[in-house]
Amino acid sequence: MSAAAAGPVGPVRGAVQRWTRVSAGFTTGFAGLIAAMALVPVALSGNAVQEMTTLLTFVLMAVMWNALAGYGGLVSVGLQAYIGLGAYATVWLANRGVSPYLAMVIATLFCGAVSLPLSFLVLRFRGAQFAIGTWVVAEALGIYVSFDSSLGAGTGTSLTQLDAYSQGSRQNYTYWLTLAMTVFFVGLLFVLLRSRLGSSLQAIRDDEEAAASVGVRVVAVKRILFVVAGLGCGAAGALTLANILFIEPTSIFSVNYSAYMIFMVLVGGLGTFEGPIIGAIIFYVIQNQFSSNGTWYLVALGATAIAFALFLPRGLWGELEARSGLRFMPLGYRLRAARASGEGGPPP
Amino acid sequence: MTWINDIVQGITLGGFYGLLACGLALMFGLMRIINLAHGDLAILGAYLVFLLLEHWHVSPFIGILPVLPVMLLLGYVLQRTLLERSLRSGLLVPLLTTFGLSIVIQNLLEQGFSPDVRSLGQNAGSIATSSWQITSKLSISTIGALTLGVAIVIFGLLQWFLSRTQAGRQMRATAQDPDTAELVGIDSRAVYAWATAIAVAIAAIAGMFLAIRSTFFPYAGPDNLIFAFEAVVIGGLGSSLWGALLGGILLGVAQTIGGQINPEYSILAGHLVFLLVLASPRGGLLTLGVGGLRRARAARGVTT
Repeated sequence: MSAAAAGPVGPVRGAVQRWTRVSAGFTTGFAGLIAAMALVPVALSGNAVQEMTTLLTFVLMAVMWNALAGYGGLVSVGLQAYIGLGAYATVWLANRGVSPYLAMVIATLFCGAVSLPLSFLVLRFRGAQFAIGTWVVAEALGIYVSFDSSLGAGTGTSLTQLDAYSQGSRQNYTYWLTLAMTVFFVGLLFVLLRSRLGSSLQAIRDDEEAAASVGVRVVAVKRILFVVAGLGCGAAGALTLANILFIEPTSIFSVNYSAYMIFMVLVGGLGTFEGPIIGAIIFYVIQNQFSSNGTWYLVALGATAIAFALFLPRGLWGELEARSGLRFMPLGYRLRAARASGEGGPPP
Repeated sequence: MTWINDIVQGITLGGFYGLLACGLALMFGLMRIINLAHGDLAILGAYLVFLLLEHWHVSPFIGILPVLPVMLLLGYVLQRTLLERSLRSGLLVPLLTTFGLSIVIQNLLEQGFSPDVRSLGQNAGSIATSSWQITSKLSISTIGALTLGVAIVIFGLLQWFLSRTQAGRQMRATAQDPDTAELVGIDSRAVYAWATAIAVAIAAIAGMFLAIRSTFFPYAGPDNLIFAFEAVVIGGLGSSLWGALLGGILLGVAQTIGGQINPEYSILAGHLVFLLVLASPRGGLLTLGVGGLRRARAARGVTT
């Protein structure tokens, strides 16, 4: 669709543009925010740094889930497979003498290496088959890990190698690595979406068969997304381990992670670039502010999910974009018309 | 001989999974809803029976009877208030709605009944513990046989309802093409509401059987839900009603045989068989030669 808008269609004369004043300002602000976030450990206490790390892992998970569902149309209930795998691969490597932070990076790559062959199995599944199939893969991996007594079996394990660092520096290093990983994956997605692949993805999202008929290599494109999501969630898992230090198979492979990702993405705005980030912040704030209220907090969380599904199905950001017509990240194309008819390009 | 015993145990376990999967298959076949709250609705049913038996000392099989109309009504209201609205926006929004519902039910149950693990096995008396010893190595538990029997009866009744009654025909027509069904005067929203009502009531029956066979607690829903989903997917995703029962039985047999090799492998074996079936060239049990006629129907998207 974007390519069509670039051609000389109809009587409208004008220029195709990617950058608008709003999106240029917003992107600059975004870059500035990242730079400021790198200084968080200098300014804040250890506890706050740990909290920020949690928030960033949420952002990473939400962005990855949105990449799959919002752009690839692949609704997964099983990304916790990589969260668990990333965490356990880190423990496995660290137990073999690899420095813990290097182990997290290698574990991330390992998750990507696992997701590639796995994609040949699960990308054959359609719709609900894919959702349930990926969930079952995650459950099976969780059970498999719980057989391994060197990884603590069912009772869990911790990353004791991090004890070599003082608590303060450990929290700072973990934070910086989390920030770097999150920025890397969000940036990777940004680049991918702006590339030719991005147009393919939007075509697939809108109509898979039509996209295939005009020559989009649907399965190859989905495979790229699936592997990126595997890498990103693997990183999120490894970093979650570094942040909370202790993991058990049932909790790190828990389907709750998928539920949280669904919550963050749909509250923020499915298929928007910024939505999952907003959703992650909202989820984090809700969790942080109200979780001491126990079961009633969770009732409220569930009720919030229902309320969004019913009244704001496009999510906060999706609604904002639709109402304001503003585009904050330069992902799509806009047709700047010579006459007053306004914009052409599809939303990102 | 132990293998035969395992297979028999697996089939009865599969009856339970089939019962739990029945409502899911109905809702998915009709509305394309992946109901993440289905397991929790089953647990809610178990708690309602539990609540009743606190004051009224009868068998759970009697106790379920007044619970059924309550669950029917609950399903109807759920569809009319929550699910109907979320249906308008594709596969994902119902996922969020039912996820929210699932958390709400779990935590309200914990608030109301404490997190204690409970069972209705005691209330069911000898039915829960007795078994028929057929040979020295082959025995069938009464509750297992009863679960399978009830599952077959319920699937049969649903099949009869869908193929022989006016309301059932309307449901099938709506499943095939809701817009055309509307054109010939079918109120698709009412049809959906009745389907959800039936699905929720059957979930309560499955919950009662779970409570008698083993234990339940407020968060037990999701653990059981994945098996029900596996049964539905193996059985062809609601394209065939009986597929869900067959899928449940295949899963049950895989789990008991896996458990015979090593108790730890039980659930893993079920998952692996599920993935194998799904990875088979055409995916799903129905293409493994179980039903040619049903496959033809499945291709047309009919729920029976």
